[in-house]
Amino acid sequence: MRSIRSRLLTILIASTGLVWLLAVAWIYVSTQAEVERVLDARLTEAARMVNSLLAERRIEIALPDVGDLPATEFQIEDPSYERQLSCQIWSLDGRLVGRSEHAPGDRLTDADNGFSESVVDGETWRVYAIENVALGVRVMVGDSMAVRNRLVGDVVKGLAIPAALILPFLTGVIWVSVRRGMSPLVRMAESLSSRSATDLRPLPDENLPEEIAPAVHALNGLFRRVEDAREREKSFTAFAAHELKTPLAGLKTQAQVALASQDGEVHENALRQIAAGVDRTSRLVRQLLDLAAIEATDRTPELQEARLLELVRRVAAETLSAERRVRIEGSEDASGRLDPVLVTLALRNILENAICHSDGQVSVSIGETSAGIEIVVEDEGPGIPVDDLPRASDRFFRGRTKCSSGSGLGLSIAKEAVARMGGTLILRNREPRGLSAILSIPTLTE
Amino acid sequence: MRILVIEDDPMLLDGLSAGLGLAGFTVDAVATCEDAFAALETHSYRAVVLDLMLPDGSGLDVLQSLRRRRDATPVVLLTARDQVEDRIAGLDAGADDYVGKPFDLDELAARVRAAARRGAGHASAVLEWRGVVLDPAGQTVNAEGKPIALTRREFGVLRALMERPGATVSKAVLEETLYGWQEEVESNAVEVHIHNLRTKLGTSFIKTVRGLGYRLAEEQA
Repeated sequence: MRSIRSRLLTILIASTGLVWLLAVAWIYVSTQAEVERVLDARLTEAARMVNSLLAERRIEIALPDVGDLPATEFQIEDPSYERQLSCQIWSLDGRLVGRSEHAPGDRLTDADNGFSESVVDGETWRVYAIENVALGVRVMVGDSMAVRNRLVGDVVKGLAIPAALILPFLTGVIWVSVRRGMSPLVRMAESLSSRSATDLRPLPDENLPEEIAPAVHALNGLFRRVEDAREREKSFTAFAAHELKTPLAGLKTQAQVALASQDGEVHENALRQIAAGVDRTSRLVRQLLDLAAIEATDRTPELQEARLLELVRRVAAETLSAERRVRIEGSEDASGRLDPVLVTLALRNILENAICHSDGQVSVSIGETSAGIEIVVEDEGPGIPVDDLPRASDRFFRGRTKCSSGSGLGLSIAKEAVARMGGTLILRNREPRGLSAILSIPTLTE
Repeated sequence: MRILVIEDDPMLLDGLSAGLGLAGFTVDAVATCEDAFAALETHSYRAVVLDLMLPDGSGLDVLQSLRRRRDATPVVLLTARDQVEDRIAGLDAGADDYVGKPFDLDELAARVRAAARRGAGHASAVLEWRGVVLDPAGQTVNAEGKPIALTRREFGVLRALMERPGATVSKAVLEETLYGWQEEVESNAVEVHIHNLRTKLGTSFIKTVRGLGYRLAEEQA
């Protein structure tokens, strides 16, 4: 059942019905007991009354000593007993000496005294018998069980009929009130469905019912995040366009210089600049794509069991030109489950940064910590001025001691790649000179 | 005409130096705000080409500090941020023109010339004096309708004089105009250029003001 309203309705109606049923059952049982008690008392009383009336001779019957006369029909004056109670008076030797108007002709019970139940002419009777030894008679007063049961049935019916009548009404009331209760939800849905795709304004969150407030807050939170992501994407596109325009302007200018200049040296320099510029621009494009790949919100890390030393060697080999060497240290069996794409991106950009800023030795060491792995890249360059350290891995931040091919993206790519893996990138100046970049990446070792 | 180019991208800076040099400018090239401040304090330029995004700050800071010092040197902004609001912000901060990247080198040169011309209070694009017409854009000189072939430096000296007709221009100013930082100035270079110009335009065209410099000679009485 998909509709909350129908579900609520079903639950409410079913439980109301069940409660009612239980109540009816309970009342049925207790009424029966009560009716039995009260009517039994009435039987006793009636029997005693008949007995005492007999004793006082207020009921004329043929007494046993009179002989074999037909049984007298007598009337008990109290009319309310008349219909329901049947009374028989038997002589102790087993003759019917008197009976009430509608009482059956057969003996109501075989018991001598007290309560008993018996079937006479297919009808069940509850009978109370009392023996009057002085008169030599036995008085039996019986109640038809059918009558008793009808009484109990009437009580239950009196309960069930209003219930059956009220239930549809209750259904209506529940239906309407559930609908009213759900109206804030409906309003929210309407306001959301009438929105355009770009409208990410938060939903109003004042005077909200307690139950809906969390949903609205969560939704507003989602809106904020989507908006942020969209802003990031927008600013990323703007940044990318901006960053590409400068090298393009450089290329065009150099091309125009090459075209315009007659001077062989100027001409050649311009062409060399163009060649180098194309390399640099393609690296910038690659970095922008890397950044876009890292930023892609739907990318889930693809964890693979990787041997770190191998990975680092491969990245170093891809990054370095032939004349530059990197010292790589680390245990052969350092390994872990990690995303090799992200590790490669982070490491490559840090290595490029180190090589760009340092003519000296660049070294990479791989270590394992309790939380994962740690890759430390150290160079012998000028390091980063303390003031700039916090900004060094900001996007497009380029230090003053820049290397000519830097785009200002490398460290920010590394930082974001590491952050994606749940790790950290720490930049620290070394003594007496150089920078050390510490990548801590949590892994799941097997 | 000596100009300052401030641009942090090394390839573009190199291209601008070479390209604007070919267009007849003497180019000083710097890559940071800091260097730009130093250059602007020690030299006077006819125009400044300024990139907005610099490693140690915004080009707008350079522009604003220039204008605060009541320095009216024409400034052409050069930037990849060429949205309307960026252009408005740049012009309102005191820039004279705005060129978006990537640009055409010839157009940039023309805009720098136009800015420099307006800065110097000229309305006309060509300079004229006693039948000699100098076209800074085409880098040509005509005397009585006939083209005169001049070297780049000779052209620079003539232009410097023709931009301020009647005013005396010192040798130092002429050297400043002709040579950028990296270039070595020979001690008698200006004299040599003046001599050559007199040969090509007539000896009475440029007058030597002893101890002060040179100026264009008035109509001969």
